[in-house]
Amino acid sequence: MTSSTLHTSLRRVMIVPPIWLILIACVVFFSFAADNFLALNNFTNILIQTSTIGLIALGMTVVMINGNIDLSVGAVVALAASLSVGMQDQLGILPAVAVGLGSGMALGFLNGVIVWKTGVDAFIVTLGAMIGVRGLVFLYTQEQSFFSMNFAYADFGMSSMAGVPTLAIVFLVFTAIMHWLMTSTSHGRNAYAVGGNREAAQNAGIRVGWHMVANFVLVGFFAALAGITLSTQMGASTPNLGINYELWTITAVVLGGTKLAGGSGSILGTLGGVLTIGVLRNGMNLMQVPAFYVLVVMGVILIAVLFVDQRVSRREAEELKL
Amino acid sequence: MAKADAQAGRSSDRQRLISGENVRRILQTQGILIAFILFLVAFSLSSDRFASFDNVSTVFRQVSIIGTIALGVTIVVIGGNLDLSVGSLLSFTTVLVVDLHDKIGPTGAILVMFAAALAVGAVNGLLVGFARLNSLIVTLGMLSAIQGVTLIYTGGQNVDIVDQEGTWFTFFGRDFLLGIAVPTWIFLVLAVALHIVLTRTTFGRRVFAVGGNPTASAFSGVRRARVVFSTYLISAAATGCAALILGSRVMGSQNNVGQGYELLVLAGVILGGTSLLGGSGSIPKTVIGVLILGFIQNGLLLMGYPYYAQWLVTWVVIILAVWLDVASKRGRLFTTTS
Repeated sequence: MTSSTLHTSLRRVMIVPPIWLILIACVVFFSFAADNFLALNNFTNILIQTSTIGLIALGMTVVMINGNIDLSVGAVVALAASLSVGMQDQLGILPAVAVGLGSGMALGFLNGVIVWKTGVDAFIVTLGAMIGVRGLVFLYTQEQSFFSMNFAYADFGMSSMAGVPTLAIVFLVFTAIMHWLMTSTSHGRNAYAVGGNREAAQNAGIRVGWHMVANFVLVGFFAALAGITLSTQMGASTPNLGINYELWTITAVVLGGTKLAGGSGSILGTLGGVLTIGVLRNGMNLMQVPAFYVLVVMGVILIAVLFVDQRVSRREAEELKL
Repeated sequence: MAKADAQAGRSSDRQRLISGENVRRILQTQGILIAFILFLVAFSLSSDRFASFDNVSTVFRQVSIIGTIALGVTIVVIGGNLDLSVGSLLSFTTVLVVDLHDKIGPTGAILVMFAAALAVGAVNGLLVGFARLNSLIVTLGMLSAIQGVTLIYTGGQNVDIVDQEGTWFTFFGRDFLLGIAVPTWIFLVLAVALHIVLTRTTFGRRVFAVGGNPTASAFSGVRRARVVFSTYLISAAATGCAALILGSRVMGSQNNVGQGYELLVLAGVILGGTSLLGGSGSIPKTVIGVLILGFIQNGLLLMGYPYYAQWLVTWVVIILAVWLDVASKRGRLFTTTS
């Protein structure tokens, strides 16, 4: 009895995703090691810098909790950015942004329906889409970069509300919405059920196919949104935007504790993962460590987190057996 | 008596060879080969330059780098794992061999480069094989780490071989043997060698066993960790061979030259019909998969389409190829998921 209460209370503590401990350690370290780290506007800087990968990671988390994956997000970033910058001369800014977001959602829908109907693994379906969507980007842009002629577009990327950059607010608001979606709605519950055991979820009456499609539309939306916010920061788009973003995003999500096999993970964990990468980048930058070292450190941390996680879950499994 | 039985068995085998069941099986297992042949015929009819010896050997040369890497990755995938670190490793090894060429000479450079590649493969192998960590994440971490190491090594600069005339290092990327380009030789010889290893040796059987059913293979006394470790060594060595071709062809290297190769290589492996679940696949399939990618690119260019048209076609072809494979195993075109 007591041991099981102890176990539940331990579980409670473990609800705070372990990546937050690493994040706190990083923040403490850089507060001492880097002079300008512990300043309010540096933290808003970090939020802006991480918002791009962060937004994509929100959608990716849900897809990965489902036991799927989306490798096409980097290409969708470029497509949405190119459409929303390239079309604003003819359509105006808001309709162009809508076209950009729509393109991401449409491609997400396509990916989702293919995964659902054909039964081909999401890794392969979206690997194909990653290559193909980049083709769409080059087809639309004819290999050109686009510049926004309307300064309102770039101004949005630089703007702030009550001292907080708008892009940071966008990221935090969507994080809150997604956290609510995953913890307080039936869609969130279903996501874990589908990822945990697809067949059981279906037998329990969940419409697994449409559920997965909805999540692919979500990740498409977030990838497109990330592309658009990124292009507002530059006031421009390039056809090579977003290359390798799928890998960075997966890194952030996995750092946040989401399992590739599906069935577990959380938005709070992903936020921790995204911020850890952001803090590492920013802190090492302030310490004037060349950006190259961040790549090495991140790779090592990713593997180390995986290693620790495996030891912990193995111990838990052994305890359950007893 | 036993001999007669065996002969009877053989002749009944022969009778069954032309049954409907067999035709279906051949269509199922060799679908990608048949599609490939149809595809070649279609392209040959639409462009008279397509089927020429010159053009075909150009395609082989072009796919030799991705193809060589894909051979190693195929073995990792058959063993039930992924290797996403090959793109970064290609950057690193190419930079290394090119940079060291002028410092310690071509022979030393090649030796050090292969040693470095094998070291990276050993780290992958230790983490995935012995520590039993998830291969996608381990090699994703390695992708990042090796990219960083490459940039640290070069200081963010690109590297060049200064004296491009007075070195035999040009052999691997630019020379021809018996009318066939050396990169093509490297690709094909490695393919034959690895095919023999996979199909004719105990090690090869173990790779299939470990990838197909880890539990059963463990009970049969196969040491999974060692086998997986070796598959990563092979993958790294194959990537080293690709770096040899690339470095020698360009006689220089950008520090991110292999970026994105990991997923393109995987596309070739998947297109060939090697299952990402492990336990099935083959080297010839990967050769065909990579050649399909190469011929799509080449054919579309010859027909006057821009180079990115191949990406759109590749998208459709990858999904169709795997879908047909999955559907034929399932016995129905669509899933029954609601």
